[in-house]
Amino acid sequence: MNDKLVGQPLVRKEDPRLLRGDGRYLDDLGRGALAAAFVRSPVAHARIAGIDVDEALDVEGLVAIYTHEDLPGRIAEPLPLLIPHPALTHPRTPYCLANGEVNHVGEAVVMVVATDRYVAEDVAERIRVTYEDLPPVVGIDQARAGERLVHQDAPGNVAAHSVQTNGKGDAHDAIASAPHRLALDLHIERSASMPMEGKGVLAHWDPDDRTLRVHSSTQTSTSVRLAVAAKLELPPDRVEVITPDVGGGFGVKIVHPWPEEILVPWAAMTLGQDVKWVEDRREHFTSSAHERAQRQHVEVGFDAAGRLLGLSVEIWHDNGAYVPYGIIVPIVTSTQLLGPYKVGAYRVEFTSLYTNTVIVTPYRGAGRPQGVFAMERTMDAIAEYLGTDRLAVREANLIQPEEMPYDQGLVFQDGRPLIYDSGDYPTMLRMIRDLVGWDGFEAERAAAAAEGRRIGIGIGAYVEGTGMGPYEGAHVKVETTGEVVVSTGLTTQGQGHYTSLAQIAADVLGVGVGDVTVITGDTRRFKYAVGTFASRAIVTSGNAVAIAAGKVAQKAKRIAAAALGDGISPEDLELVDGRVRRRADPATAIDLRTVAVLSNPLRYAFDEETKAATQFAAATGTGDEPGLEATGYYMPERSTFAAGAHGVVVETDPETADIRILRYCVVHDCGVVVNPRIVEGQVHGGVAQGIGGALYERIVYDDAGQLVNASYMDFLIPFATEVPHIQTAHMVTASGLNPLGLKGAGEAGVIPTSAAVASAIEDAEGLAVRRMPISPSELYELRKAQQARKEQVSA
Amino acid sequence: MKPPPVVYHGPDTVDEAVRLLAEHGGHAKVLAGGQSLVPMLNMRLTAPARLIDVNRLDELAYVRTDLEGVRVGALARHADVERATHAFEAVPLLRQAVQTVAHPTIRNRGTTVGSLVHADPCAEMPAVLLLLDGEVLLRSDRAGERVVKAADFFVGPMESACEEDELAIEAYFPKPRGRTGTDWRELSRRNGDYAMCGVGTSVRVDDTGAVTCAKAAYIGMGPVPSVVDVTGADFSGADFCAAAEHAADQLDPEDDIHASAEYRRHLARVLTARSLKAAYEAVAP
Ligand SMILES: Cc1cc2nc3c(=O)[nH]c(=O)nc-3n(C[C@H](O)[C@H](O)[C@H](O)COP(=O)(O)OP(=O)(O)OC[C@H]3O[C@@H](n4cnc5c(N)ncnc54)[C@H](O)[C@@H]3O)c2cc1C
Repeated sequence: MNDKLVGQPLVRKEDPRLLRGDGRYLDDLGRGALAAAFVRSPVAHARIAGIDVDEALDVEGLVAIYTHEDLPGRIAEPLPLLIPHPALTHPRTPYCLANGEVNHVGEAVVMVVATDRYVAEDVAERIRVTYEDLPPVVGIDQARAGERLVHQDAPGNVAAHSVQTNGKGDAHDAIASAPHRLALDLHIERSASMPMEGKGVLAHWDPDDRTLRVHSSTQTSTSVRLAVAAKLELPPDRVEVITPDVGGGFGVKIVHPWPEEILVPWAAMTLGQDVKWVEDRREHFTSSAHERAQRQHVEVGFDAAGRLLGLSVEIWHDNGAYVPYGIIVPIVTSTQLLGPYKVGAYRVEFTSLYTNTVIVTPYRGAGRPQGVFAMERTMDAIAEYLGTDRLAVREANLIQPEEMPYDQGLVFQDGRPLIYDSGDYPTMLRMIRDLVGWDGFEAERAAAAAEGRRIGIGIGAYVEGTGMGPYEGAHVKVETTGEVVVSTGLTTQGQGHYTSLAQIAADVLGVGVGDVTVITGDTRRFKYAVGTFASRAIVTSGNAVAIAAGKVAQKAKRIAAAALGDGISPEDLELVDGRVRRRADPATAIDLRTVAVLSNPLRYAFDEETKAATQFAAATGTGDEPGLEATGYYMPERSTFAAGAHGVVVETDPETADIRILRYCVVHDCGVVVNPRIVEGQVHGGVAQGIGGALYERIVYDDAGQLVNASYMDFLIPFATEVPHIQTAHMVTASGLNPLGLKGAGEAGVIPTSAAVASAIEDAEGLAVRRMPISPSELYELRKAQQARKEQVSA
Repeated sequence: MKPPPVVYHGPDTVDEAVRLLAEHGGHAKVLAGGQSLVPMLNMRLTAPARLIDVNRLDELAYVRTDLEGVRVGALARHADVERATHAFEAVPLLRQAVQTVAHPTIRNRGTTVGSLVHADPCAEMPAVLLLLDGEVLLRSDRAGERVVKAADFFVGPMESACEEDELAIEAYFPKPRGRTGTDWRELSRRNGDYAMCGVGTSVRVDDTGAVTCAKAAYIGMGPVPSVVDVTGADFSGADFCAAAEHAADQLDPEDDIHASAEYRRHLARVLTARSLKAAYEAVAP
């Protein structure tokens, strides 16, 4: 029997290619294509009074200039609202090119096509757009005030308003009658996915075939295909979308169709030439998507043991200028805020607000970091209030393993009930307690203090809904060479799918990982898929691959049984080491690749191999369709819930207020682990982004709505030097919802990081941290305010 | 983020470079390591008609140390300055400071002289030149060679005394006299970022350990790098807090998204005290 490959920390198959520079990213394709560039709004809110292209017309190499007026048919209509929701009462989506009004700096106004990008930018620079300024709405406070409006027909700047309760009584009553009460006001600032590779689109129109081939750096090629077909009014069958290697997505590339994904193909069809657009960094900052910005008001009632009796949370969510992706982020915040806890009566209300800023759509974590921040700050505030241990308060509120599956009584982002399928949260907290050294910390603190150093410890726990539907599929085929080709509709952006999906298929088919080639994100190879987001790929596609491979294995056994004759039935056979063999007598066997040959009954032989499949040689048929291949789908009934806890030790400089992470520990439970090395890498990357969100990254708009730090000089993504060594420990509570027992792992690392770091800084400093990210300058201000309060008290 | 059209010149000699500058004056820019100029070109923040690439001028690729001090040619990279042990032994502050300029890959390309001419108020090497009373050698067809003292070289933010038709040839960092200790320290948001506040100090002591000269230079604390002489401060008990307090009071930093003005001044106070102490301890008997 082969050793099972699932569970082994195999080195990623894709890495040698990517590390050697052999990856093919969007900008590596389409040599000779025309280039597109855009004139983008330099102002946050304005009416477009005129567009003057005169000065641009004599630039050599100019091919075309397009404004909204030039766009035909459905291309001239607003972009789709991807995820409608009843609470989203005033949805507004952008046009491909601004239609008379701009609503954020960076909104596309004019499209230029030229012989190359240099020329296209020369042209763009000479196009004069006259703007009549309208008052900009910047930030949640101004949006809430509602005196200025982003969209005249969206009163109060409200896109959506929602209230959910968990059916466990009235939260306000529960809080009012609780022995103890607290209220907290919290604030999370804007950040962004910031993949190293921006977006990009290349389009090729074949007029003979009337086929459009689009390459896009997207997280969902199948859905881009349908969107492009709809907008360009082409039969979907005439549109192919291919995702080349993608240099990171983190959520921003699940949004689609981006204006450029429609305009570039349209220009290619109109001009009869290939057209390419590659987003540059500044464009990415001002015209892709951001996330995170929220304000929260928390009220909580609890007993003397710190047990929550009632929890009421109000959330104001800044959704930017438009809501093409709906209100997924605040929904996720409202529901995932609960974490591993039982909170008594829960009421959550959110208002999703328009501002004249870049749109807000899910970024890795997708609203969870904000929710976890609210919950964990609340836990720490309760511990502070009661003077008890912070871990003890958490433990008092945990859902117990025997209460699983646990129904939180809410509706989750997939429209299904928020039911935790499995998990062992008490063990999880015990593990993080040991790993981070919670119990010995007071001695450590004292030793540091003796050296004049200030350190603090913090913790953050979360539960993450992963692996949501509607479905993913896979096609598995054994070639006559023995190679196994697994095609999924799913895209990949560095998650290691070429390895982890191969491990799953290889186990089922009894071959090595090296025998399996995984194909992703190419609608020519697989047409039905949803996309890679929300920590869903391994759960949905992983199970689909197992199902498809299982069908192939059954078929292989049927064909092999027929070929081996001798009264052998398929049930007697197993797939091992590239052969189909008799369990009772392993010497009775046939190569899997020979089975592949036999699976395709031939009239004509063209070599020794195929001879075996011709009519006078072949074993009796099995009635199967030709080809040793099968398609399988996995459609989860609902999300499966992963969980984790992070523990962190920070040092704050008593004088400079510099903040340094000394120790970072992660306990992580994503059910059955397909490849521990890949999961560990995902966790590390997530933690790095989480540290960015906690200490460094913030998108800053000034009062006029200018994005003032639209470059990597001033938008501070942590370097390797800012990311500490990360210690991880895994625990496995398998999911009962899917055949492989998997839960997602892609977002985990980023989720509780801000909460844990804030907790540690509070502990080091003895002051309340209510806003993230936090910089040394802000910590200095907090210290001063604290000092002033102390002086006031003593005066 | 593509630069506008630009005509490229790649002179092989200093003479040719100077002649090209004379010819194209205000319409040309010198391209050295490109670590500041190329991003500005790509973002179209500057649009010179011509680029005069000095990367072939091997005659300027030197770091020389003599009894007087260290001479850094215009084509010496930050990394060359960092690695030159003779330069470190003569003027330790050079390595102390240049190590905190950006990251290794940027130091491999960026030139120290280019950084001086570029005159970013947050850049380290201008403050080093200023603290050491160094100078820059410039050459043009029009004025021939001239030497500009550090105190006159940094005119404003991103503005140096190097005229449009001048090529900066060399920077001279004099060796500190007598028993002088130096120190560089800064606090930046991330490793290698421009500092929120950077401080370089030099402290000269006599044989008894008494401070005879003490100065602090600052980056990120105003439109140009500045030096404060704190020789007159009270150093009794090797306590440098009074000096640091005095120095910080002279500074007028601004708010930006990374740090408030008040925090910057606070940092100046803390870092100056630490830096003076370290510089002092390096030479105290
Ligand atoms: C990510 C990043 C981080 C950085 N961080 C720091 C930092 O922390 N501290 C710091 O000090 N610097 C930093 N830098 C800038 C770096 O030090 C540059 O190398 C330096 O500012 C300019 O040197 P250069 O050789 O690259 O000059 P270039 O970019 O080639 O030129 C800069 C300017 O100087 C002029 N110039 C250059 N050489 C001459 C000459 N010989 N004669 C006349 N004019 C000349 C050019 O015309 C241009 O105007 C950073 C750069 C980057 C990209």
